Amino acid sequence: MLKAFINNIEVEFEKGLTILEVAEQVQVKIPTLCKHKDLAPSGACGLCIVKVEGSNKMLRSCCTEMTEGMKVNTHDPELVEVRRTVLELILSNHPNDCLTCGRNNDCELQSLVADFAIREESFNKIVREVPKDLSTGTIDVDPAKCIGCGRCIEVCQQIQNVWALSFLDRGINIRMAPAGDIQLADSPCVRCGQCSAHCPTGAIFEHDQTRQVWEELQDPDKFCLVQIAPSVRVAIGEGFGFPVGTNLTKKIYAALRRLGFQVVFDTNFSADVTIMEEATEFVQRFVHKKGALPLITTCCPSWVDFMEKFHADMIEHFSSTKSPQEIMGTLCKTYYAEKNKIDPGKMKVISIMPCTAKKYEISRAEEMFASGYQGTDYVLTTRELIRMIKQAGIDFSSLEDEEPDHLMGDYSGAGTIFGTTGGVMEAALRTAYYFVTGENLKKVEFKNVRGLEGIKETSVMINNIEIKIAVAHGLGNVGEVLNKIKQAKKNGDPLPYHFVEVMACPGGCIGGGGQPYGVTNEVRRLRTEALYDDDQKCEVRCSHDNPFVKKLYKEYLDAPLSEKAHHLLHTKYVPRPEYKK
Amino acid sequence: MGKYKKIIMIKDTNTGNRTSRIYDLFLNSLRERGLEDDVQVVRVADINFYNKGVVARILPDNITYVKIEESDIDRIVRISIVKDDTVKDLLVDPKDKQMRIVLRNCGIIDPESIDDYLKFDGYKGLKKVLEENNRDKVIEELKISGLCGRGGGGFPTWMKWNFAKSQQTDTKFIICNGDEGDPGAYMDRSVLEGDPHSVIEGMIIAAFAIGAKKGYLYIRAEYPLAISRVEMAIEQAHQKGLLGKNILGTDFSFDLGIRLGAGAFVCGEETALIASIEGKRGCPSPRPPYPTINGLWGKPTVINNVETLANIAQILLNGGKRFSNIGTEKCAGTKVFALTGKVKNSSLIEIPMGITLKEIIYDIGGGVLNNKKIKAVQTGGPSGGVIPEEFFDTCIDYEGLQKLGSIMGSGGMIVMDEDDCMVDIAKFYLKFCVDESCGKCAPCRIGGKQMLDLLTDISEGRASCDHVDQLKRISKAMQKASLCGLGQTASNPVLTTLKYFEEEYKEHIVDRRCKSGKCELLFIYEIIEDKCKHCGLCQKKCPVDAIDGDRDNGFMINQEKCVKCGQCFDVCKFEAISR
Repeated sequence: MLKAFINNIEVEFEKGLTILEVAEQVQVKIPTLCKHKDLAPSGACGLCIVKVEGSNKMLRSCCTEMTEGMKVNTHDPELVEVRRTVLELILSNHPNDCLTCGRNNDCELQSLVADFAIREESFNKIVREVPKDLSTGTIDVDPAKCIGCGRCIEVCQQIQNVWALSFLDRGINIRMAPAGDIQLADSPCVRCGQCSAHCPTGAIFEHDQTRQVWEELQDPDKFCLVQIAPSVRVAIGEGFGFPVGTNLTKKIYAALRRLGFQVVFDTNFSADVTIMEEATEFVQRFVHKKGALPLITTCCPSWVDFMEKFHADMIEHFSSTKSPQEIMGTLCKTYYAEKNKIDPGKMKVISIMPCTAKKYEISRAEEMFASGYQGTDYVLTTRELIRMIKQAGIDFSSLEDEEPDHLMGDYSGAGTIFGTTGGVMEAALRTAYYFVTGENLKKVEFKNVRGLEGIKETSVMINNIEIKIAVAHGLGNVGEVLNKIKQAKKNGDPLPYHFVEVMACPGGCIGGGGQPYGVTNEVRRLRTEALYDDDQKCEVRCSHDNPFVKKLYKEYLDAPLSEKAHHLLHTKYVPRPEYKK
Repeated sequence: MGKYKKIIMIKDTNTGNRTSRIYDLFLNSLRERGLEDDVQVVRVADINFYNKGVVARILPDNITYVKIEESDIDRIVRISIVKDDTVKDLLVDPKDKQMRIVLRNCGIIDPESIDDYLKFDGYKGLKKVLEENNRDKVIEELKISGLCGRGGGGFPTWMKWNFAKSQQTDTKFIICNGDEGDPGAYMDRSVLEGDPHSVIEGMIIAAFAIGAKKGYLYIRAEYPLAISRVEMAIEQAHQKGLLGKNILGTDFSFDLGIRLGAGAFVCGEETALIASIEGKRGCPSPRPPYPTINGLWGKPTVINNVETLANIAQILLNGGKRFSNIGTEKCAGTKVFALTGKVKNSSLIEIPMGITLKEIIYDIGGGVLNNKKIKAVQTGGPSGGVIPEEFFDTCIDYEGLQKLGSIMGSGGMIVMDEDDCMVDIAKFYLKFCVDESCGKCAPCRIGGKQMLDLLTDISEGRASCDHVDQLKRISKAMQKASLCGLGQTASNPVLTTLKYFEEEYKEHIVDRRCKSGKCELLFIYEIIEDKCKHCGLCQKKCPVDAIDGDRDNGFMINQEKCVKCGQCFDVCKFEAISR
C-alpha cells in the first residue's frame, strides 16, 4: 500500500489507481461528466481537474495516477472557479429543455449545475440545430443534447465492439453519429442501449412508448396482459429509493394491476419454457449428434443481431428457441387465449424489459407472428415502467405484495437467474442434466459460471461425459470465444466448447440498456446477488419441475421440440448486412 | 596570458580543415617580425561561430575576424598585432546575427543528392555514433548539448530519448513531426525540402539511441516537394547502406516510412499525431501515459520536431559541449524563425538563442516596411502572443518569451505595424484555433467559440466592458482545463493583446472606433476640411466614385458609397483624411 494526501487527509491506496479513484476512498467526490467507471478515461469534460503539489498545472484526476507521497488539492477556490466556468461553457452549448427532457431530474449535467448553484447563464447560448435520429424505434438520438463526453462511443466501440457510433465533424460542430452520417437503423447498431445507459444527459434515450401503452390500457375493447423480465424485479427499486439490489417482484405485480393490466404474468415462467426447449436442443445435438456444436444461446436480441451482422457463419450454432419474451407473447395469444376463450386479436401483450433491443425483437422475424398475431405488442424498459407508475400516482414503496396470475406467472429459480450473466447456462444445465440422466442434480448451483468476469469457462460432467462451457457477456468479449470455435473448426481440432451463453450487456440483463441509470460493477453485483437470492428462495429450482410448465406441455405443447412447440416457440436467423445502404 | 602579450585563437568554422595551413602562416608572419615569443597562436576546438570560414580571435582585445583567407594573414599581424588597430573589412558584420546549424546546408547543397550531403559532413555524425556503439554516450552528449524540443514545448530532448531508451521492450518507434501548421510558418518545410538527409540522419541516430527499428516521418500532405525529396532521400540512404538492415555493416537495423497528415493543425500534438498514424481520428488523448512510454500502437515512441532532428547529427559529430556554447546558459543552440509581416526582409532566419527581438527585427529584418511605426511582434503562432515594442530588448529563449505571455513556438514571427488592429489580430489567431480544435474537450471546443463570438462583438461594436471580463474568465478555464496544448494556449493571443493593448480594446468597446481601420464597422473615412488642400487626388483615386465635390468647393466622402478601401487615406499627402 502507498500513502498520499488528498486535501490533507492521509490516504492509503493500491498502486495503479487514479487520483479520482483514490479520492473516493476518503469520501472526496471530484465532479466529472465524461469518466464512467466502466470506461477508460477520455479527458473530455475537463471538470475533474485537481492541483498536485509541485506542478503548476491543473491535472485531470481521471487519468493521473496517484503516486506515493502525492499532495492533492481537489477543491480550492481557484479549482472550483475554473470548474464553474467549464460547467457554464458546457451549459452554454446545451439546450435548456430540462423540463421536457427524458432525463429531467436524472441528468448528470443538470445535477452538477444545481450543485454549483448556477443561477444565470454568463455566456451566449450556442445550441446546434441537428435533427433527431428516431430511425431505430428503440433508441432515440438527440445530438443537440450531446455534451461530447464520448461515453456512448467508448462503450459502443470498446465494450461492445459494435462501432456503430463515432464522432463526426470537429470543433464546435463535433457530434456523435454513425460513421458516414447515416441513420442509426442503417448502421451496425445492435440496439443494446448501452449508449443510452452511459449517456450523462438526454442525448441518447430509449424510444418511449408509455403513451401508446396508456392508450391500450384505457381502450375497453382491449385485453392487456403484461410480463416482467427476470432482471426488472431487482432494479426497479432504484427508481423509488430502495437500496440497490432489492427484489420487488410482488410489488411490481401489484403496481401492474393498478396500472390496469388484466393479467399479470412473469417472463420467468417463459424462461422456464425456453429452458425446456433449449436444453432439449442441446441434448439432441450433444447426445444424439443432431445439429452443430457448440450450441449458442439466443435469449438476447442484441446478441442475435450482432451474430447475424458480424458472425453469420455461426448461425447453425444458434439455438432456434425463441427468447422468453417471445415465448410468453406467443403463448398468451395461443395457449392462454384458447384456455380462456379470448379473441387473441383483442389481446395486447406488453412486456417490461431491462432492454432497448427487446423493442426491436418483437418484429425482427416472421416467427414473431407465429400465433397469427404479433406475439408481443409493446416493450417498455424498466425506466419507462418507473415513469408510468409515478404518472399513475402509485405509492410504489408502500404497495402490498400481490401474486401473479396463474398459468404463466409461476416460475422456478432457474427462470429467475436468466437475468444475469451465466444464468441461462446454469438453468439449462440443471434441466439438461435431468434430461440426460433422468435424475435431478443434488446441488443445482454452478458457481463457476457466475460473476462479472468477461469470459467464464468451465466444464460439467454429465454421465461421465465432459461438457465444455463458455459464458461471455459484453459483446466485446464474444470475439475471443467465437475465434476459438472458428479456429478449432478450421483446423479440425476438438471443440473448445459444447455450450456457449452470450449476453450483449456487461453483467447480462441486470446491466441492460433499459435499466435505471448509474450502473457500475458494484450495482451489477448487488442486482445479481438479489437474483441468486430469489433463486435460492424458490421451492422449485429447475425449469422442468415447474408444475405450470408441466401443465403447458401436457395440455398444449405435447413435448419440447414437438411440431407445435417448433411452430410456436422457435425461430430462424438470417445474415444481415452491417450497413443497410 | 603568461609570458604572452597576445593570443590568436583560430578555428575553421566551415567543413574541411584549413586550420593547420592558417596556423603555419600566422607563425611565419609572427616569426618574420620577431614576435613569436610575444604572441601565441592556438588552434581551438570551438570559437562560437558557424559557417564563417576560418575565424580568428585576438585576445585580450577580443577582436574577431571571420572568413579569413590566406592572403589576409599578413594584414592581420601587421595591423591588429603590431599597430593594435583593427582590420575593418574582416570584422564580423555586427548586423549579421545569424548562425546556421539547422539550415547549414539549405540552399548550399543539392537536396536531391546524397553525395552532396556526404561532402558536407553528411552521415559523419551517424558513423561516429555507430563506431562508438554506446547508446548511453549518445544521450549523454545530447544532455551536455542542452538541446530542447524545437516544436515549441522546449522539453529537453535527451530526457525524452532517455525515457524511451529505458523502456524494456523490443518494439519502439521514432517519429519525425513534420505537421507544421502555424499560419505563416515554413521552417520545417524548408529543412525537409532543402536538406532532407539531415533529418533522416538525426532519426537514425535517435533510433540507435532509444533502440527503435522503425520510424515514421509524419509530413503534411500539403508539402508535396518535401514529401518527394524525403522519399528520394530515404531511397538514397538505402542504397548507401545507411538505412535498412545492418546499417554501415553494424548489427543495427532501422527503416523509415512516410505518413501523410491531412492538414489538421491538432495532429501536430503528439498523441493526436499518433492517433492519426494509427488510422484513427486525430484527437489528443490524456497524458500520462506519455508517448515515450505508451505511444504508437502502445509502444514507447519518441516524437521529435523536424528542426530538433536536424540538429542531432551536428551535435554528435562536434560534441555536445560545442553546441551548448551557442546561445544562452539555459537555452542552447539556435532557432529558426519564419520572419514575416511588416518587415523589410521577410525570410527564414536562424539565430543563436539569446539575441534580442530588436536585433532580429532591425538588424536581420531591416526594420519595418514602408517605414511605418512598429506596433508589436507576434511569436509562437496561434499558441503564442503579441509582444509590444517596449519589450523588444527581450532575449529569445523559452523562458523570456513565456514571461511575456507568448511562447517560442515552432518559429513563426510576424511583425505588426500601426495598421494592424490588435483586436483583429487576436480574432484571427483565435479563429484559427477554433477552426482547428478537434472538439474533443469541452473547454477548448466551447470556450474557443465563445471567445471568438465575444471578440466578434468587440470588433463589430456590440460589446460592453463585461466582454473583457468574460474573455479573461474563459481564457483561464481554457488554459487550465483544456486537454492538450492547442486549447491550453489558444487564448494567448487574446490575453497578450489585452495585456499590452488594453487601450485599443477600450477604443473598440467604448468609443466604437478602430483606428487602424481593420474593423470595418468601427470607422469611417472623413475629409478634414482644415487640412484639405483641394488637390482632388483622393477623388481621382477612389474606385467607387464615393468622393463628391470639386477643387473649388472642396470634397466630401459619400458614406453610403464608400467601401472603406482606404485608398484615399493612403494617397492623401496632407493627412487630410481621418479614420
